[in-house]
Amino acid sequence: MSLLEVHDLNVTYGVDVQAVRGVSFSLDAGQTLGVAGESGSGKSTVALSLLRLLPSSARISGDVLLGGEDVLTMGWGRLRAVRWSEASIVFQGAMSALNPVRTIGEQIREPILLHEKVGIRAARERTAELLDSVGVPARRVGAYPHELSGGQRQRVMIAMALACRPALIIADEPTTALDVIVQAQILSLLADLVRESHISMIMISHDLSVLAETCDRLAVMYAGRIVEIGTSRQMIAEPRHPYTRALSSAFPTIGDPASRLAPSGLPGDPPDPRLVASGCPFEPRCPEAFAECSTHSVELWPAGTGRESACLKVLPGFAKASA
Amino acid sequence: MTSPALEARDLEVTFPPRRGRGPARAVDGVNLTVGAGEIVALIGESGCGKSTLARALVGLIRPTAGEVRYQGTTLGYSSKALKQFRRHTQLVLQDPGGALNPKQNVFDAVAEGPRLHGLRSGLPERVHDALARAGLRPPEQFVNRYPHELSGGQQQRVVIAGALALDPSVIVADEPVASLDASVRGEILRLILDLRGSLGLSALVVSHDLGLAWNIADRVAVMYLGRIVEQGTVEEVLLRPKHPYTQALISVLPGTDAESVLLRGEPPDPTAVPGGCRFHPRCQRFAALDASDDRRTLCTGRDLPVLDADRPGVACHLADAPTHEERRESSDIS
Repeated sequence: MSLLEVHDLNVTYGVDVQAVRGVSFSLDAGQTLGVAGESGSGKSTVALSLLRLLPSSARISGDVLLGGEDVLTMGWGRLRAVRWSEASIVFQGAMSALNPVRTIGEQIREPILLHEKVGIRAARERTAELLDSVGVPARRVGAYPHELSGGQRQRVMIAMALACRPALIIADEPTTALDVIVQAQILSLLADLVRESHISMIMISHDLSVLAETCDRLAVMYAGRIVEIGTSRQMIAEPRHPYTRALSSAFPTIGDPASRLAPSGLPGDPPDPRLVASGCPFEPRCPEAFAECSTHSVELWPAGTGRESACLKVLPGFAKASA
Repeated sequence: MTSPALEARDLEVTFPPRRGRGPARAVDGVNLTVGAGEIVALIGESGCGKSTLARALVGLIRPTAGEVRYQGTTLGYSSKALKQFRRHTQLVLQDPGGALNPKQNVFDAVAEGPRLHGLRSGLPERVHDALARAGLRPPEQFVNRYPHELSGGQQQRVVIAGALALDPSVIVADEPVASLDASVRGEILRLILDLRGSLGLSALVVSHDLGLAWNIADRVAVMYLGRIVEQGTVEEVLLRPKHPYTQALISVLPGTDAESVLLRGEPPDPTAVPGGCRFHPRCQRFAALDASDDRRTLCTGRDLPVLDADRPGVACHLADAPTHEERRESSDIS
């Protein structure tokens, strides 16, 4: 059985803003999944709905099965127990996610004391171990968030997420706003932790190359839907959806003559999340669109082993249509 | 030869001591030129002094020593001289959401510069023209909108239009795409390239992103703790990096096959610049030297000269195989 199974997840904000439209995926224990997409694609909404952290204006339907239990229907007591101890989140922007007037030690200890039947002494010991495991010297336990650098704050966030030994970590843009070197340090830390403790991870980012570096599989979201999903290697080497292709060429490979003095972008803006359009939602911005794209509705079709794409061109009948 | 559009000569910016710490040497001796019609990328980590250097180059910070030159003329710091200079050199900041006034519509945001400079005649044409050049077409559709009604990419275009409205010859862009989505990033970078093509604009683009340099720059300068440690053409520096710091930056880029060099620690503190080579406490090549290697004393003991602006250079004692003379000198030190 999969650790996490999401089936037909829909999230609507307010009356008519459909942020997530029918997202399904599953994640096995110890596996890592990267979710990519631009602002407004619904990727953070998916992440937050996995632990029911959305604001009350959001209406959610579908199933989110974590270890076989439906997160969306469980009672508040059970939900509180699941948060932190079965699945935890590393939020983006560690400065705003940490409490500025409490020491990092107190903040890491808090979930341990709340969720595990341990005394303050054991919690202190565990806090020191956690700080050590994320590469922050344990003597900094009495430091306040503003006394740490951005990279160290993000490490503290990761230590908090690990505090109750969850089976799943959801990392929402964990390295955005960090420098390249610090980003590389954080990514290698996450990769090591996942490998050593057999934790599953869902990582969210707009940078496909970052996700490909750390995750086994990738899902690309556009306008509230997954438009392509597959192993990281395949998705980067031969994307089957034009949007995946655009995202992966946005961050150039140094040394690649094709991108030298030729930045690659994607004109236009994503569709209004209030509209229900016919045909492929990516069609207005798609550099490879053809006539049927504006009328033929799309869904995730098989596109190779362990691979699905919501582009008409993966269907045998349309394979050559744009040529 | 025409003089460079913008130039830093032995520039130093030192911030006064605070809370028991020494003075912060944010920019500690920099020579840098941006030629006419040239795009130069200034690359470095947070805290390396790159934003301070950018601000000094547009006259927002008065350097402690050295000078800024615009088309060969030394910048004066009287308010009249600064005002004149700022028409020609415009700063584009990161995070357009923060740079735009939420209560000001697009027209007023773009017209603010021309109004301050007393360019009142033909103002609507000037604003429309700047918007169109920044890729907001047709301009009539945008002038009455407010920042919250625009996407991140459109907001950044408004900020760029505000800079273009004064017909500058140089723009200094501080992390122009850091807060933008992957898909928008390329669009804004292409705009900077197009402006160079159509208006002959020179640009200094400050970033921590080496891919950006590969995408748009002619030359690149890598900054570490207040100094340029390596500079040259993009091809030279990014494909054949000589400085261990540049090599480490390139090795950690996602998608590179090379073994990553994970530097330990974070950028050190400009209030306590290490002696000798300022990079040696984090340097992978220094760490790999034998304890008996006499070059260690060079790295820890001898300061490196400030690089010249007009030719490629590397500030590293170990970048090239040491010459016989260097060997002898280093044994003299020990």
